[in-house]
Amino acid sequence: MVRYFTRLRVRRIYKWGGRPYIFDRKLKSYGFEYLNMSVEGQEAVTTVTPGQYILIEGNDDEYPFVAKLLKLFGDESHKQKKALVQWFLRLSEVPQNKKLLLGRSPHPQEIFYYLGRACDDEINAESILGTVQHVPEDTPFPEPGTKDTLYVKLSWDTKAFNVLDPVLMQDTSASTPPKPALPLFTPCASPTATPVSRGPVHHALPTPDPTVMRRAGSVSDTRATMSAGKRSTLEAESIHSASKLSASKILSAKRRGSAADTPGVRKKLQLSPGKKMTRADVLCELLDEEMESEKVVSLKLSSSVSHSLQHGCSLSPMRSGCKTPNGQRRFPWKLTSISLDRLSPTALGEQDFSSTLQIECLDSYAFLSSQRPTTPSRRKESAMAIREPALGVLAEEDSEDSPMQPIALTPRSKRKSAQLVSLRIRKQLNLLDNTQELISDGDDDCFVPSKKELQSSSNEEKTDSEEETDSEEETVVKKTRGRNCKTSVRTPHKTPSKKVCMVTPSTPRCATPCIPSRTVPARQPGNILEEARARLHVSSVPESLPCREQEFQDIYNFVESKVMDGTGGCMYISGVPGTGKTATIHEVIRCLQHASDMDEIPTFRFIEINGMKMTDPHQAYVQILQKLTDQKVTADHAAALLEKRFSNPAPKKETTVLLVDELDLLWTRKQNVMYNLFDWPTRRHARLVVLTIANTMDLPERIMINRVASRLGLTRMSFQPYSFKQLQQIITSRLNKVKAFEEDALQLVSRKVAALSGDARRCLDICRRATEICEHSASHPSSAGLVKMSHVMEALDEMFSSSYITAIRCASLQEQLFLRAVIAEFRRLGLEEATFQQVFVQHRTLSRVEGLQPISLSEGLAVCQRLGACRLLLLEASRLDMLQRVRLNVSQDDVLYALKPVRD
Amino acid sequence: MSKRKVKETHMPVGECISQVQMILRERFCHQRLPEKPVGMESQHKHLLELLRRTAVHGESNSVLIVGPRGSGKTMLLNCVLRELLEVKDVNKNVLPVHLNGLLQTDDRIALKEITRQLNLENVVGDKVFGSFAENLAFLLEALKKGDRSSSRPVLFILDEFDLFAHHKNQTLLYNLLDVSQSAQAPVAVIGLTCRLDVLELLEKRVKSRFSHRQIHLLSSLSFIQYLDNVRSQLSLPQDFPDTKFYDEWNDSIKTLCEDQLVVDVLQSHYNSSKDFRSLHLLLMLALSRVSASKPAIKPTDLLEASRVCMVDSKANILHGLSILELCLIIAMKHLNDIYEGEPFNFQMVHNEFKKFLQRKSHSIHNFDKPVVIKAFEHLQQLELIKSMDSSTAKIQKEYQLMKLLLDHSQIMEALQKYPQCPTDVKQWAMSAFG
Repeated sequence: MVRYFTRLRVRRIYKWGGRPYIFDRKLKSYGFEYLNMSVEGQEAVTTVTPGQYILIEGNDDEYPFVAKLLKLFGDESHKQKKALVQWFLRLSEVPQNKKLLLGRSPHPQEIFYYLGRACDDEINAESILGTVQHVPEDTPFPEPGTKDTLYVKLSWDTKAFNVLDPVLMQDTSASTPPKPALPLFTPCASPTATPVSRGPVHHALPTPDPTVMRRAGSVSDTRATMSAGKRSTLEAESIHSASKLSASKILSAKRRGSAADTPGVRKKLQLSPGKKMTRADVLCELLDEEMESEKVVSLKLSSSVSHSLQHGCSLSPMRSGCKTPNGQRRFPWKLTSISLDRLSPTALGEQDFSSTLQIECLDSYAFLSSQRPTTPSRRKESAMAIREPALGVLAEEDSEDSPMQPIALTPRSKRKSAQLVSLRIRKQLNLLDNTQELISDGDDDCFVPSKKELQSSSNEEKTDSEEETDSEEETVVKKTRGRNCKTSVRTPHKTPSKKVCMVTPSTPRCATPCIPSRTVPARQPGNILEEARARLHVSSVPESLPCREQEFQDIYNFVESKVMDGTGGCMYISGVPGTGKTATIHEVIRCLQHASDMDEIPTFRFIEINGMKMTDPHQAYVQILQKLTDQKVTADHAAALLEKRFSNPAPKKETTVLLVDELDLLWTRKQNVMYNLFDWPTRRHARLVVLTIANTMDLPERIMINRVASRLGLTRMSFQPYSFKQLQQIITSRLNKVKAFEEDALQLVSRKVAALSGDARRCLDICRRATEICEHSASHPSSAGLVKMSHVMEALDEMFSSSYITAIRCASLQEQLFLRAVIAEFRRLGLEEATFQQVFVQHRTLSRVEGLQPISLSEGLAVCQRLGACRLLLLEASRLDMLQRVRLNVSQDDVLYALKPVRD
Repeated sequence: MSKRKVKETHMPVGECISQVQMILRERFCHQRLPEKPVGMESQHKHLLELLRRTAVHGESNSVLIVGPRGSGKTMLLNCVLRELLEVKDVNKNVLPVHLNGLLQTDDRIALKEITRQLNLENVVGDKVFGSFAENLAFLLEALKKGDRSSSRPVLFILDEFDLFAHHKNQTLLYNLLDVSQSAQAPVAVIGLTCRLDVLELLEKRVKSRFSHRQIHLLSSLSFIQYLDNVRSQLSLPQDFPDTKFYDEWNDSIKTLCEDQLVVDVLQSHYNSSKDFRSLHLLLMLALSRVSASKPAIKPTDLLEASRVCMVDSKANILHGLSILELCLIIAMKHLNDIYEGEPFNFQMVHNEFKKFLQRKSHSIHNFDKPVVIKAFEHLQQLELIKSMDSSTAKIQKEYQLMKLLLDHSQIMEALQKYPQCPTDVKQWAMSAFG
């Protein structure tokens, strides 16, 4: 296949060709007939027209993305260049575990028509690298590696390979006859150039997740609208916020940098402005020349260097390019762009993307060394300093165990550039070695961890947080890929276990939460009453939710529209407990999930958090992130990650529906948790729908500060307490023709509950209790009839009647006497409060009247404390002894009523 | 023991007595479960049925057992659990988790304890690992993974349930009750509390999730039943080795319970409190007076025991005071009479005391002020008087406001019993005004 020299970081120039026609009046976008691409300093111009098959820049330069160009369009200013494409997948982009579905060994140049919808099919036109030839499905595979052609035979819809619908391909191929490829650098593009590195090598191993790259594409696409000046400031910012930059940003920044937009970079470039063009030309020529000898050289080298530096592959720039955070990435890259004009081959070496180039570098060493003395500069020195660890390796060629030496220990070499170049070659060869090894044992796991370790140990400026960031970034990306994401291509990334250990070293990693299972299976309900009881249990999920049709419809419409549009929004739902708020939302989500399974609406993720089920409001972040991406991090970190996730655009992003139950528990003094929850949906790329639930209708007004309440918006809904008819309907629908209740009994329950609270849970509980009472009252469990009024009455009594009166009646004589003394003392004082001492005097008198032996003060206190423990009395702290104040917790009338029979 | 069994009928009286004391002490102190809880049959049935359904059918439930202290809540629950675990297919299936509000004072500790008792996978040895948030998430995840038919039912027994309601946000209660109301692992949440108003402590959403089942244990025990209970508690079991002594003892208990003096003592006890714990204390004291020379409980023993039980805790302190301290207390009593319970300070008491010395005293000579202050401080240390100001540092000792923690009746009683109390002091105490 063609190797497109994106790694050269030469500036490509894109120009619209043909007459623009208005494509969308509303969006003011224009369509274009074709796009001319040229490379600065090159005569060759590639023309891309819709219908052609194109290669799109990704991180994996050897295997750029393939797509069919459907449409070219831009905005009025002609600055923004966008393209609509139909994606094709390479086999390496298909998840590892799905590859087996193919059922045969894949052809290295085979691609698959992508039917999934997870990918954003709008790309930045400036990421187009060139065109590629495509062969319709009926052609047999030619010999591998002979032509620069891709083959489409099957389609991939994220679940299975299907035979490609000929109609699909027909209208593509009919409209645009496949053109032979016109690579940017014709000489280098010859696929025969590097049979060693290519061949049937399966390219799954160090491939970064493709989504990262696609995202990168869309990042640059949004940035493309900005003016150049603004861009540069952005870039400056991104340099500072090194640790937090996502891989996509890095990529886009890289590209922009290579286009030399940054003033700083440009300034450096202008150090040798005159030579700029010539250098590039010279380079091309050089590359051209060396192409023939390349194969020989590489073979030779691979045999001589062998495995001595296996770990060297950890420096493989494909990894560092996409994974390492910006701060670390930035510096070497800058050097690249600097050296680009001066010593391009060195720059290539630095970028280090393919064996071809490195070998060329070696061969063009003579050229380099001749150039070097002419332009010595401080910058170059610094560039060398960076590479010193690598040079150290070179110096001690045979030491396997210490491939990376600390900078201080590294001996300086006089012929730095020479060493450098040979190092590059060695590295590349090691990469090849590894690849070969991989083929031989077919296991890519074995070297991945060591690679990772090595990399992290060698990158001294890399901080832990950065490390976390990028690996997390990866997982985030993985998640967004939807269904096939979980087991996607085995991308070498930081082992999640390591990270888990780092954050929560105390939790055993492999602990799976579960309750032990029972030895004897649970018994099924035997008779009608048991059946009814099982159905009436709150936990049993009803077939439908009666009496909430309107609310259901409103919420359904709200969420559905947001999912369809790919936008975000908030909704606030209030209602007293037991009115079916959470149940309704779950029902909505169930329906929506069904709809998305039927492909009626796009897929979405549903996440649920509950303010009561967390120990601290900030845990909300942790839980959301964990449910989104399965990673465990601290609250602050999770907040940062979520912030990034929801504010950055990413293709293949599906809508997230977040249910926040018990919202009021997320209140903090600064309200930043609430603020974030409501702010994220307003972001352009968040695609987040937040449904919040709380009990009080005026919660936004009561506890939220203005900026939070304003973001919550006015989409509110209130669940009214159920009326008695609704409650009756709920019970009836739950019982579902199980005849266990008398009609009147049901009505009594529902009326009683509706009058008190309208809580459906209460209603169901009472009914359940009534069935129990009915069962107990019957002489034999099987002979129990319907639940009657009397049973329901008893259940209601049990649940609603106050027990105070019974408690007073059952109290001992002295306790009753003490209560009377309390009332007597209250009446005497005219207050509702008295000290124990005062009451005790009364108590003494009363017991004399009653003809009882007066009790001692200690005993009186004990009596008082007992009443206080039951909360018939309210007492002060007992250390006040006899000075503690006493109040009644029941009304005086109740006490007197309860004591009446005793008096008589 | 085997030796005794051979003899069977005849054992030295001392041996018998020690046997009796052992049996009865175990009954009174070790909270042995009775064969069947008395006077709470319906509650017993209700609770047993409820827990059986959780254990057998996997039905989640929540219930509160409410009753005053000593009314037998724990006893009822333990009886039910014992009975439940006797059922064959329940035995291995339920996971009881015991929590106590006095031990698990916040949710963090409670969660660790639950995890430990459930022996979930984040338990290593006897330690629970992970932060509070992790533990909560872990437990909830574990409970969520279970389902009605396949996972073992968990019985959460929350002693002092009302104290759990004071935990922050009632997180634990919400989550336990929420699990009991949703299709997750079957749980039964059993709360034990003596507060009648416990439901008012629950937050509304926690309350809504609670099934509102309350089992009230309010003993409506009559005095006849109470007496029967005393008799049965003191009687020896049938399998007592020495039959002769067994008969003698049980007869003596029978006659004891018919004695008028004993009935009066028990009546006053019954009037004061119906719970069995205080009764057990009384019987314990009586039992301890039994010896080889006096191999039966006599009515006077019970009377004496009751006296010990009902004694005023401050009376003995008053008996140990010096005359000077007693005088000060009398002065305070007069001040209380004059100012109707308003607080006083040392200076006032001292003035009152000096007045008494000048006018009425014959036997008591004058004390120096520092000596009087010392006596005053001693009274404060004995907590017979209590300072009313919270900040003691600011005010001089002499002017700190105090209140007397004694009732007039207590003072008068103490004076009557005080050995060799000077008559002029007694007179001063009894006179209306100082």
